[in-house]
Amino acid sequence: MSEVIRVENLCYSYPEDEGTPAVPALKDVSFSIEEGSFTAILGHNGSGKSTLAKVLCMICQPDSGKLFLHGKEMTAEDITDADIMKARREIGMVFQNPDNQIVATVVEEDVAFGCENLGIPSDEIRRRVDEALEIVGMTRYARHQPHKLSGGQKQRIAVAGTIAMKRKVIIFDESTAMLDPLGRKEVMDTIIRLNREDGITVLMITHYMNEAALADRIIVMNRGEILKDGSPNQVFGEPESMWEAGLDVPQTTELLYRCRQMGYNVPLDVFDTDECARIIAQAVLNQEGRD
Amino acid sequence: MTVAGVELKNVTYIYNKGTPYEAKALDNISLQIPGTRITGLIGHTGSGKSTMMQLINGLLKPTSGEVCIDGRNIWDEPKKIREIRFKAGLVMQYPEHQLFAETVEEDIAYGPKNMGLSGEELHKRILDAAAFSGLDPALLPKSPFELSGGQKRRVALAGVIAMKPQILILDEPAAGLDPGGRREILGGVKRYARESGTNVIIVSHSMEDMALYCDDLAVMSAGKILMYDTCAAVFSRAEEMLAVGLDVPQVTGVAFALAKHGVDIGKDVYTVDWAADKLAEFGKTIRTEDKINI
Repeated sequence: MSEVIRVENLCYSYPEDEGTPAVPALKDVSFSIEEGSFTAILGHNGSGKSTLAKVLCMICQPDSGKLFLHGKEMTAEDITDADIMKARREIGMVFQNPDNQIVATVVEEDVAFGCENLGIPSDEIRRRVDEALEIVGMTRYARHQPHKLSGGQKQRIAVAGTIAMKRKVIIFDESTAMLDPLGRKEVMDTIIRLNREDGITVLMITHYMNEAALADRIIVMNRGEILKDGSPNQVFGEPESMWEAGLDVPQTTELLYRCRQMGYNVPLDVFDTDECARIIAQAVLNQEGRD
Repeated sequence: MTVAGVELKNVTYIYNKGTPYEAKALDNISLQIPGTRITGLIGHTGSGKSTMMQLINGLLKPTSGEVCIDGRNIWDEPKKIREIRFKAGLVMQYPEHQLFAETVEEDIAYGPKNMGLSGEELHKRILDAAAFSGLDPALLPKSPFELSGGQKRRVALAGVIAMKPQILILDEPAAGLDPGGRREILGGVKRYARESGTNVIIVSHSMEDMALYCDDLAVMSAGKILMYDTCAAVFSRAEEMLAVGLDVPQVTGVAFALAKHGVDIGKDVYTVDWAADKLAEFGKTIRTEDKINI
């Protein structure tokens, strides 16, 4: 697998303003993202997650450090605006509020909006829009009015818009935060399908630990730095440091942790409800790991 | 302060009545919410939660039926409906989008000033409200727009608390906050409810949060009240909750699955602490049985 994004020693501070000192939002952040991977980014409010997303989309220019896209350094001195515009077309972003990212009065026109701005021929747009709506499961709503859709459906329309523009990398910035459980599930299912079936590289910023547990990898941000970087099993397997950083772990892990305190020899990195119950039942019934 | 009870008697609400877009949001609902409890209102989008909140606050008038506060129909004297809005304070979703004043203090003062308060009493209310919402008094002279999202949310909450409503209705008060922020806001609301004796109604999609901070839950589906009971009783009916597209806390799901695997710790377990206690008890029983068998 090849590398899509690499950042080296990224630093970014929000500029000082009327006596408020400059706020460092990213401090020496380095990592790389493989093509086709699914990475969740966790961290409390103000930990630098959204700033990181803005730097990756090239909306914010880092103060220092390097950003590479497909091996090409986007922070190099000889990079032109045209290069950046071209690079931005690789990365799509879906934001938190569904109502802030819909522009048209008909669903299919909204999905087509980005493509139209790119000057793509109209028969090609037609084909892409149909395909994108199919992928997010919204084909039957193509002629509907977006404002009458549910939050989850609106977010799927926003996702379709980025797919129609052939974005290879999609960053979801708390895209499920404003949705109800059903809407959240719809969007999560769409994200997973995009990643597994269509090979889209996904970066997902979230506050929901259960959603993060579905990713291949989790990066935990704390005070502008990377606190942890590993598989969900590794990251949630050490709940103490997550709690120290003001974060949670899935309730399954929390319960398994309590079982360990009771002396049972159980793993912590189980996120599936049934599997967690099976392990606890076995340990309790057999009194495993206890004398 | 008296503790206000809310009662809905056969309330029906129809949007756009008499037009082709007519939609029944609430269907003959009767519900009595006693004043001393924190009640969670749950239901998926379109189940009628928001309509119900706006009816209690007097923003909407029922198509039929009565909304009573302290035993009185709030629409008995339509001209006095403004008083009801002071009595039942509504904190909407993402209330930080509604901040407008030049300083935090002025923003919090807006509601109580409109009630006719001034001077010492007004100042005291602002300070009390700020304290309950977890706002540092040093922030009062600042512009609310300089604050972080979580702090702005607290300013908006303080603005409603400063009116000392007898009923405090909160729509998704913790949405979009990280786990620490959720705990601070919801913990603050719970402490406020207990200390001031305010009747609190919280709308949220997070079952884990509801389990931790509410006493009772009212579950809505398709404009009707499906269940209204204590958290434990509601979550023990997990199958019904899932059938109407709602979740139960993950740990309740584990408790259900544990029963299938022969470790029955009850189906009404809805916090990790509770589950851990029950498991410890269960383990003890097994060890005692083993000893007897030996």
